[in-house]
Amino acid sequence: MSGLHPAQPFPEAAREQVNQPQLRANLRKVTHTIREKRLRATQELPHWEELRQLGEATKDASLADLSNRLLTLEASVKARGGQVHWARDAAEAREIVTRIALAHQVQELIKVKSITSDEIELNKALDAHGVHAIETDLAELIVQLSNDTPSHILVPAIHRNRAEIQALFNAELPGEGHLSDDPAELAGAARRYLRHKFLTTKMAVSGGNFAIAKTGTVCVVESEGNGRMCLTLPEVLVSIMGIEKVLDRFEDISVFMELLPRSSTAERMNPYTSFWSGVTPGDGPQEFHLILLDNGRTDVLADDFGRQTLRCIRCSACLNVCPVYERAGGHAYGSVYPGPIGAILTPQLLGMHDQNANTLPGASSLCGACFDACPVRINIPQVLIYLRGEAAQHKGPTLEALAMHGMRLAMSEGWRFEGAVRLARFGQGPLVHNGKITALPGLLGGWTQSRDLNPFPPQSFREWWRQRGQGQTPEVDAAPPQAVQ
Amino acid sequence: MKVDLFLTCINDAMFPRTGQATVRLLERLGHTVNFNMRQTCCGQMHLNTGYRSDALHLVRKFVNDFRDAEVIVAPSGSCVAMIRELAPEAAHWEGDNELRREVQALAPRLYELSEFLVGKLRVTDVGAYYPHKVTYHPTCHAMRMLRVGDAPLKLLQQVRGMTLLELAGADECCGFGGTFSVKNPDVSAAMLADKTRHILETGAEACTAGDNSCLMHIGGGLHRLRSGARTIHLAGILASTEGEVFA
Repeated sequence: MSGLHPAQPFPEAAREQVNQPQLRANLRKVTHTIREKRLRATQELPHWEELRQLGEATKDASLADLSNRLLTLEASVKARGGQVHWARDAAEAREIVTRIALAHQVQELIKVKSITSDEIELNKALDAHGVHAIETDLAELIVQLSNDTPSHILVPAIHRNRAEIQALFNAELPGEGHLSDDPAELAGAARRYLRHKFLTTKMAVSGGNFAIAKTGTVCVVESEGNGRMCLTLPEVLVSIMGIEKVLDRFEDISVFMELLPRSSTAERMNPYTSFWSGVTPGDGPQEFHLILLDNGRTDVLADDFGRQTLRCIRCSACLNVCPVYERAGGHAYGSVYPGPIGAILTPQLLGMHDQNANTLPGASSLCGACFDACPVRINIPQVLIYLRGEAAQHKGPTLEALAMHGMRLAMSEGWRFEGAVRLARFGQGPLVHNGKITALPGLLGGWTQSRDLNPFPPQSFREWWRQRGQGQTPEVDAAPPQAVQ
Repeated sequence: MKVDLFLTCINDAMFPRTGQATVRLLERLGHTVNFNMRQTCCGQMHLNTGYRSDALHLVRKFVNDFRDAEVIVAPSGSCVAMIRELAPEAAHWEGDNELRREVQALAPRLYELSEFLVGKLRVTDVGAYYPHKVTYHPTCHAMRMLRVGDAPLKLLQQVRGMTLLELAGADECCGFGGTFSVKNPDVSAAMLADKTRHILETGAEACTAGDNSCLMHIGGGLHRLRSGARTIHLAGILASTEGEVFA
């Protein structure tokens, strides 16, 4: 996996993940725990549904007036002593950060957890110019030290266990002696390592959860306090933010301060919320750059139905309730955006012609749990269905398309359907063994991989109904020889 | 009341007993059942797999077939959800706003079976007798799209002779998801493994639900495991009496 680009289709990637016991056990435990906690945190508010609607409306208002709000944001940030950069794509954004780092001649910089920076594959680009980016979120640090990639938006190292982290820290954190697998001891070692970096590093890179157009304020919401350190101690701060994160007024943020922590960590309030507006002389970073990233977002915005995807506030509630994410894990999605939101965001950002990414809308049983959990009411199941349609149009005439079209023709009249069922009943003969079908060919082979199938019964309902109408079967047959649903 | 039965294509071809049970049940409750022989499919599989134009042809056909119906009842949560919730959106995506209006006009007359019995007819005791240990799986589309709530449970609780066993993780998807089950067979099987494990842990002889597509998936898994447990559509239980057993 690199950035947004999946290296293989989802079904293949997922196949490798579902049989990993550690992954399955971790995911089951974490997702089930957070599901229950989130329900408690949201159900205690009688007006939760109204808050969701307000969150949806607030985001939609921003998306409807995005260009004006972005220009206002740019003017406000500049008026308060910040600099604003526009990045069309990942390459432009990387180039801007690299240029700033090289101008200040830094060899190291510290980072607040930012998926947007992972989206543009920033760390690798900085490395190529001799600048080492240090992740300061504990889980991101674990992922970075093990040359791994995050598998969850909020809990990036969800796929790791304590023993693995012990071995990793003993190998990678200098001057700590031998660490046990005690979580407090491991966290303490990371804390000492990071504290030193916070106090000695000149430049920081962050993302941004929200930005306020009218005041030029950027906001980062976090739990560990590492963000507060990065945002206040260094001399130079660069924040990279997707263009969809802008809000109009300061008051607009209040609804998200309710929606985000409760949906994300199931907390009433998150531990650290940092706001800053440009540069304040003598306090905090004295040079501030805001990079506004497009990277496919205006294409998403241009799509009347797919647009709602841009409401996302990256809470990860949809991941935690998703039965597919729970079994496949984040890496199967092949993108920095995993889970249901990733399944609709990644292919839209890349374009539906991407043959790996366009399998992502298929990574769902359409159970609908994600829509119920989404704090900004993104109708993820409907967007998934919509995108499957867009993807089918980019695949051309496949066997699947032919089969679907054939079935539609067979279903175009009742009598045609009846004939097709008769034909299938006749044709299934060689497949039926001891009253069941246990192996199917071709596209349908996936079914019999783990399930048996009842064959077509000798009489369809409509055949029975016709007989009944003709008085041949005045009553329903009682107690059939073979129990059928 | 004159009730038009929308049986759904899969029930017609593969689960005719569910259709017979639905007819039996509605007639026993004093209603007249009509089965329009022109009906076929709601287009759900086509739409959910990405074949919008094929799907909308079938939605158009559904609207034409059932335009004059007073009340339409289907023993399938997902097919009802397709027509009521998805079809209007899909018509809009394709710019067919006339179809959208027509399907929206028809939607309030279309009911899932348990919804019809409990919500419309206000009946929970349908006079059923089914002397078995059964657990109930709420299907995703009935639960999260149609919001049938506990209507199926209210019906099952009144069935005489039956022991209703609570299913752990009941609100989790069984992993069917239509073509998801063949296009993502590994994840689907992993979801099914948890569902069948929970079902077997109840000690039930059968798992019931309001949708035969989900039951085909769960039943196929239970049979592959040689578990001895099986599946039965809600209509089959509700239609069964002391003199007449539907499954």
